Amino acid sequence: MPTIVSIKNLCKTYSSGHQALKSINLDIEEGEIIALLGPNGAGKTTLISAICGIIKTTSGSVTVNGYDTVKQYRKSRGLIGLVPQELTLGAFEKVQSTLAFSRGLFGKKPNPEHIEQLLKDLSLWDKRDSVLMMLSGGMKRRVLIGKALAHEPRVLFLDEPTAGVDVELRKDMWKLVSKLRDSGVTIILTTHYIEEAEEIADRVGVINNGELLLVEDKTDLMNKLGSKQLNIELRAPVTEIPQSLSDYNLELSENGTHLTYTYDVKSNRTGITSLLQALNNAGLQLKDLHTSQSSLEEIFVNLVNNDQAQ
Amino acid sequence: MNWNAIKVIYISEMMRTWNTLAQSIASPVISTVLYFVVFGSAIGSRIESVGGVNGEGGVSYGAFIVPGLMMLSLLTQSISNASFGIYFPKFTGTIYELLSAPISFFEVVLGYVGAAATKSFIIGIIILGTAGSFVDLQIAHPFWMMAFFILTCVTFSLFGFIIGIWADSFEKLQLIPLLVITPLVFLGGSFYTIDMLPNIWQKISLFNPVLYLISGFRWSFFEVSDVGHHLSMAIVLLFLFICMGIIWWMFKTGYKLRQ
Ligand SMILES: Nc1ncnc2c1ncn2[C@@H]1O[C@H](COP(=O)(O)OP(=O)(O)O)[C@@H](O)[C@H]1O
Ligand SMILES: [Mg+2]
Repeated sequence: MPTIVSIKNLCKTYSSGHQALKSINLDIEEGEIIALLGPNGAGKTTLISAICGIIKTTSGSVTVNGYDTVKQYRKSRGLIGLVPQELTLGAFEKVQSTLAFSRGLFGKKPNPEHIEQLLKDLSLWDKRDSVLMMLSGGMKRRVLIGKALAHEPRVLFLDEPTAGVDVELRKDMWKLVSKLRDSGVTIILTTHYIEEAEEIADRVGVINNGELLLVEDKTDLMNKLGSKQLNIELRAPVTEIPQSLSDYNLELSENGTHLTYTYDVKSNRTGITSLLQALNNAGLQLKDLHTSQSSLEEIFVNLVNNDQAQ
Repeated sequence: MNWNAIKVIYISEMMRTWNTLAQSIASPVISTVLYFVVFGSAIGSRIESVGGVNGEGGVSYGAFIVPGLMMLSLLTQSISNASFGIYFPKFTGTIYELLSAPISFFEVVLGYVGAAATKSFIIGIIILGTAGSFVDLQIAHPFWMMAFFILTCVTFSLFGFIIGIWADSFEKLQLIPLLVITPLVFLGGSFYTIDMLPNIWQKISLFNPVLYLISGFRWSFFEVSDVGHHLSMAIVLLFLFICMGIIWWMFKTGYKLRQ
């Protein structure tokens, strides 16, 4: 897949002196969904704002489809759609005309059919003549998405799209996102909800303190960084872990029927075979075995904690 | 040039006026009519004609104040329309869209200032028509009159745009129109010629740029003026270029728009 957005050594220091981005390097592939995961204040919005031209960059460069976002801003920005984090909408305009406004602003000729289709996709068609300030929060979020898509962008930025959004809209949104991806649109979303990244993204970037800690294929990431757990169910409960098993990272459940063995998937030897042998030698009979994997959430917490410890 | 963008900005700004027609167009017209009734008819009937020699060949007071009243509205309307037009997106946050669109600062200015100037122009025409139904109006130099008229709309819309970008609160937005422009217009000979003033105040009045504007505009109607109309035109153009210079500087530095 060709690269559509290329970020090179991007730095941003606000006039307050706060360094919000510390030399970010990232290539985003055409057609992928990439989630930027990070706690509040990590620099996600700053990164998006820098790419979209809302703030000035301090150093480094960004290209979109090969166009420099500063020197060739007309071409680069024309390819981008942005759904901002805050529900920033005008007050007195109507839904349909605000979408038409956005389309014009991005240099496209009017196309009422496209706007109509968008409004229908976003379940806004009934509200097309409603005044913006009369809409509910969820409806406003839909309008913002509509505005971002009005000029048929090839790259869509969604800044915390599901913050404060109800379940129904979330589902609708993910449906729309997959539809967009199928049509070839590249999607970059930020979130501090791990499930969200886990649910929808192809790749996950973890950002903290203005640094991009890693970018990985989602499944690779979970394999690579996650620890796995082996749950062992015993036929007969035991009161304590036998002395001969003290070398293994084992935990006994309260009722004594379950043992949990945690191991690192990164290491070559999991130690499972020898553990099973040792269990046998200790005279414990197994009823059942299964593994579980740590979620992105745990991976993320580990990463950020490590980062802060350094 | 991103003409589609200029077009949608211009149209949406004009629509904003349309949606709030009462306050955008009716209120300046009503206040002008009130001025007219109070100063032009009630007080004016007790005042002999202005600008003539010994009352001969002068202009009736009612007609005399028309250019000044128009200027008062043009200045305040241009400034408030243009400043509000760009301040409001900053206030609501929708400015993000302008900043992320493939559009240059120049095109943004063209859209907003163009719309604000058009509105002022329409208001000016309406006031002129309203005034014409009260008094007999003659325009001695229609070309000059239009030149002053249009240049004032454009220049003060630019000035309003600058204020709108500079302001970061509604108070600041009101500050300059209220504390600077209104006094300057009132003291700029809207309702009198400066030779009616004591000598010292005549001198001081010459430092008021709005005086030149009103004087030149009035000359284009009645050939009555405090200062030469060429000087008036020069001052208007000077102010226009100063505003364009400030806009250009804002564009270069991204002043208050891009952090
Ligand atoms: N305009 C600004 N001026 C100064 N500091 C800012 C500004 N905007 C954001 N910051 C700071 O930059 C950091 C990153 O903010 P942001 O990009 O909004 O984080 P996120 O979107 O990941 O929550 C935060 O510490 C925030 O306080
Ligand atoms: Mg944010």
